[in-house]
Amino acid sequence: MKKSFVAAAVASFLAVGLAVPVVAETPPNMLVIANRIDDIKTFDPAESFEFAGADVSRNVYQKLVNFDPLDLDAGYQPQLAESWEISEDGKTITFTMAEGHVFASGNPVTAQDAEFSLRRAVTLNKTPSFILTQFGFTPENVEETIVATDDRTLVLTLDKPYALSFVLNCLTATIGGIVDMETVMANETDGDMGNDWLRTNTAGSGPYKVVEWRPSESVLLDLNPNYGGETPAMERVIVQHIQESATQRLQLERGDIDVARNLSPEDVAGLEDAEGVKIVDELRGRLMYWAANQKKEMLSDPKVLEALKLATDYEGMSDSFLKGQYTVHQAFLPRTFLGALEETPYSFDMDAAKAALAESAHPDCGPIKISVRDAQERLDIGQSLQNTWGELGCDIELIVGTGAQTLDRYRAREHDIYLGAWGPDYPDPNTNAGTFAVNPDNSDEAGATGLLAWRNAWGIPEMTEKTLAAVVENDTDARREMYRELQREHQQVSPFGVMFQQIEQNGMNESVENFVAGGATTAVSYWVITK
Amino acid sequence: MADTTHGEGRPGPSLPPWLKKTLATLATVAATILGLLFVTFMIGRVMPIDPVLAVIGERATQEQYNQTFRDLGLDKPLLVQFWIYVTDVLQGDLGKSIRTGQEVTTDIARVFPATLELATLGTLFGVVLGVPLGVIAAVRRGSWIDQLARFVGLIGYSMPIFWLGLVGLLIFYGILGWVSGPGRLGIFYQGIVEPITGMLLLDSALRGEWAVFRSAFSHIILPASLLGYFSLAYISRMTRSFMLEQLGSEYVITARVKGLSEWQVVWGHAFRNIRIQLVTVIALAYANLLEGSVLTEIIFAWPGLGQYITTSLLANDMNSVLGGTIVIGTIFVAINIFSDLLYRFFDPRSK
Repeated sequence: MKKSFVAAAVASFLAVGLAVPVVAETPPNMLVIANRIDDIKTFDPAESFEFAGADVSRNVYQKLVNFDPLDLDAGYQPQLAESWEISEDGKTITFTMAEGHVFASGNPVTAQDAEFSLRRAVTLNKTPSFILTQFGFTPENVEETIVATDDRTLVLTLDKPYALSFVLNCLTATIGGIVDMETVMANETDGDMGNDWLRTNTAGSGPYKVVEWRPSESVLLDLNPNYGGETPAMERVIVQHIQESATQRLQLERGDIDVARNLSPEDVAGLEDAEGVKIVDELRGRLMYWAANQKKEMLSDPKVLEALKLATDYEGMSDSFLKGQYTVHQAFLPRTFLGALEETPYSFDMDAAKAALAESAHPDCGPIKISVRDAQERLDIGQSLQNTWGELGCDIELIVGTGAQTLDRYRAREHDIYLGAWGPDYPDPNTNAGTFAVNPDNSDEAGATGLLAWRNAWGIPEMTEKTLAAVVENDTDARREMYRELQREHQQVSPFGVMFQQIEQNGMNESVENFVAGGATTAVSYWVITK
Repeated sequence: MADTTHGEGRPGPSLPPWLKKTLATLATVAATILGLLFVTFMIGRVMPIDPVLAVIGERATQEQYNQTFRDLGLDKPLLVQFWIYVTDVLQGDLGKSIRTGQEVTTDIARVFPATLELATLGTLFGVVLGVPLGVIAAVRRGSWIDQLARFVGLIGYSMPIFWLGLVGLLIFYGILGWVSGPGRLGIFYQGIVEPITGMLLLDSALRGEWAVFRSAFSHIILPASLLGYFSLAYISRMTRSFMLEQLGSEYVITARVKGLSEWQVVWGHAFRNIRIQLVTVIALAYANLLEGSVLTEIIFAWPGLGQYITTSLLANDMNSVLGGTIVIGTIFVAINIFSDLLYRFFDPRSK
């Protein structure tokens, strides 16, 4: 009797499971993506600064100028602004707004909306606001510097002349997203310019609108019925938060999702022969580097730095545990950026490294602590450095902490060597040049925690000047050459060992076409995807 | 003056015992939760993670940093911060989550039902199968079923749930296709059922949306079975050992000598006497699952409390962590009170 009861219970569980139909294909007008999206804190373009947030923002908000996903190399193109002119003194840019763009609410997009959105981003002064305030906009002066003179004309007045490409590149960043003034202000609370409301709601003129967001669970986007452009093939996009690579792979193989965005190298390899699935590689903007604190005497010795750069096993790492995920890259501008430098002057050469160390003031090397956060790829890189630098004769200790812990030490300039990653904030060379190669005041009091050069106590008044000169150069060819020159020098003298650039490997159903994750310059674009 | 001397030395008006008992319980609950909050709060503040950076990210300027530092109230002394937090909590305000930008109460109302549903089904599975298995194993000591129970227990104790979950997914979802994959519901069924309790099985059944119910069931069955298996391993082992103790006692021998049937001896006598211990074991197993099973939740993309608290802790999102702590503290206290009540029901002496 008892036995039959147990058997019946087991059978009933299995029977119900068996009876459930499993759908193995997503509908043709719907795109289902598995991705890690637990970094989304807000959708407000004035505040959003996370990867998954940028993916949503790019599809919801349009900008004055923007990148064409099918031709990223072409650089910024007209979007909400159909044309622009720069004044003779190089300080005033006048945009003429295109017609026919409409917000999801039905309100037309006007120059007043653009004025409101940019003023708002400066006034709210959230983390990404520096992308705009670096042109001299402040909460106090926005009423004079960002002005809509009529429905179709927006005038920006900068504090000094800048390369036009620099300004326009910055306007393609998430913070350049134009919001629907009327809708946003209708939802204002306590003078927050709709910040609270825009965290969880969207009011843009892009191809999609957010219908539902469940933090760490899913984001659901539907077509913006009033979208001015060609109607996208994907009428609904669902992004599910799936943490595990193995789970994403299973879902892809089952046909329950169209795209898997966080596949581990093992799962990518496992999918190579899978039927109906393809892997698409795309170079992204993230760099992996180590940096040496110049407050430490030994690490400020140029010969020691040279030895460490030579004793790094670039190829060994990129061919083994980083295979397919990172490619060797040794300059601070990611490939595909204006002025990117593909030269790799350093390769793993233990003899040369030992020779360099012997010439230094510290031929026996000494104890070095590497701060590394507890992420697998970084731990692997840290261990490789520990091995090869150990071979050099240094006594290497890995200090492992959470992201926030290691970052705290880094910002306080307390590390020896920091092993880190850096992604561009906006698609202009200055985004990286302005942090790897700018440090006007190296004192502790300056507290320039946003500058990587400052965090490593690397005082470089001359290089700072060169970097800042490139920002105002309006001849694009000359500007490109300035950055190349700067990076060559940086490779030789800086305490930064740039090692790798990220490759994103997305697994997708064979039928999915035009999936562009955004390259090194921008985020994903759902509206061009077909399947 | 006269009035006060009048009252001295006399017992005050005595409260009815049930009220005394209730007040004492309430005081215990309050003290437990307050203590829990205090410890969690202090740990959060002494952790070497900067809560400001968690909000503004690493690119923010010093000025933005200082502003946020003040906005979060971190410039005030620790005890003052704690006091402000507790007074807010008493008014039902658990604060905002840094990570999700939403009210912690909203977040918890979203994640807790997911965990409750999973844990309840898992425990049900563990009890329904584990108790009979344990009893049979004890009665037929040394038989194949006893060996099986021990084997099940051993696997349950030694196999990492992470691995077992992935293998389960691979077999039942990937290869056989018997169950649905990760998440709580198929994409086609999302947003159809207006939430009542937040528990999808219950809500869809209450609303009569049987297609949604089937989808939810086919999503929950695998993670619930997995958690149920671990409960089963624990519960059957404990049941077996409790039963063995009873079966060896004199009253059981007496009952057998009296000629009672085996069924009456086992279920009518021995099992009756282990109910109290069993309730404690089951309650603990249940509470354990209610805390959230982080690894299971991660593998099955189950947006539950365990994952919520862990992710928040790593991001130093202390409002969310403290909110979660209150929920878990309350669960433990509630389950304790509940098993106390059951004790009294099962054991006439405690009346």
